[in-house]
Amino acid sequence: MKRRDFLVASGAALAALKARAQQFQPGQDITPFIEKVTGGAAIERSGIEVELPQIAENGNSVPLRIKVPSPMTAADHVSAIHVFAERNPRPLVAVFHLGPQTGRAEIDTRVRLAGTQKVTVLAALSGNRFRMAQVEVLVTSAACLDEASMST
Amino acid sequence: MIVGRLQVPPTARRGEAFQVRILIQHAMETGYRRDMDGRAIALNVVDSVVCRYAGREILRAQLGTGIAANPYIAFQAVADASGEIEVEFRDDRGEQGRLSATLTVT
Repeated sequence: MKRRDFLVASGAALAALKARAQQFQPGQDITPFIEKVTGGAAIERSGIEVELPQIAENGNSVPLRIKVPSPMTAADHVSAIHVFAERNPRPLVAVFHLGPQTGRAEIDTRVRLAGTQKVTVLAALSGNRFRMAQVEVLVTSAACLDEASMST
Repeated sequence: MIVGRLQVPPTARRGEAFQVRILIQHAMETGYRRDMDGRAIALNVVDSVVCRYAGREILRAQLGTGIAANPYIAFQAVADASGEIEVEFRDDRGEQGRLSATLTVT
């Protein structure tokens, strides 16, 4: 193989690789996930407090705190809290099922984030009501990004 | 068996909220990582956590690969009766674990 041919071929291969990596970059559309939960019901864009660092140094473990003010009575309570991360290979992070017995709708956990993205918290309330909050987080070192771009 | 830690205050006043903290020792393998020889490491996550207080279910969590290794979950419950707080969890391979603590309501 001539040197020129080799350079052209390797250049093309590199470009193809880059295109593939970028294919993974944009966040997935999480609307289908949300619709699966809400069934098309209206979503209130307030009433959830989400505490997530603006900048997370390491995406492997990012503290996340969710608070949904609610009286938590049998008639009016938060029944579930769903967490989605649009750029994770599996966007559904977790679902927490609560009830009037829980007393307070407050969850503290640590999540994995594959890159800078928007984290969506969807709370399902009694009476088929829904609340949603979205928080932007900048992740300096993403969790499992190289592996993630190799798959799919 | 999967091990972990459950922390609740030993006593709480009736009607007051108290924090339940659960820490599970588990790698939460995503299935996307590779070992030194380039073989894929199989997915292995704790996917179900159930917490009961005095016999009633107060929290049920479905977790996935988006939860950090050694999953930590903390939440609030309201003290209304003395009793046992028990947490049961299992991973996708059927490995199980159980933790419990006693709360005295004053």
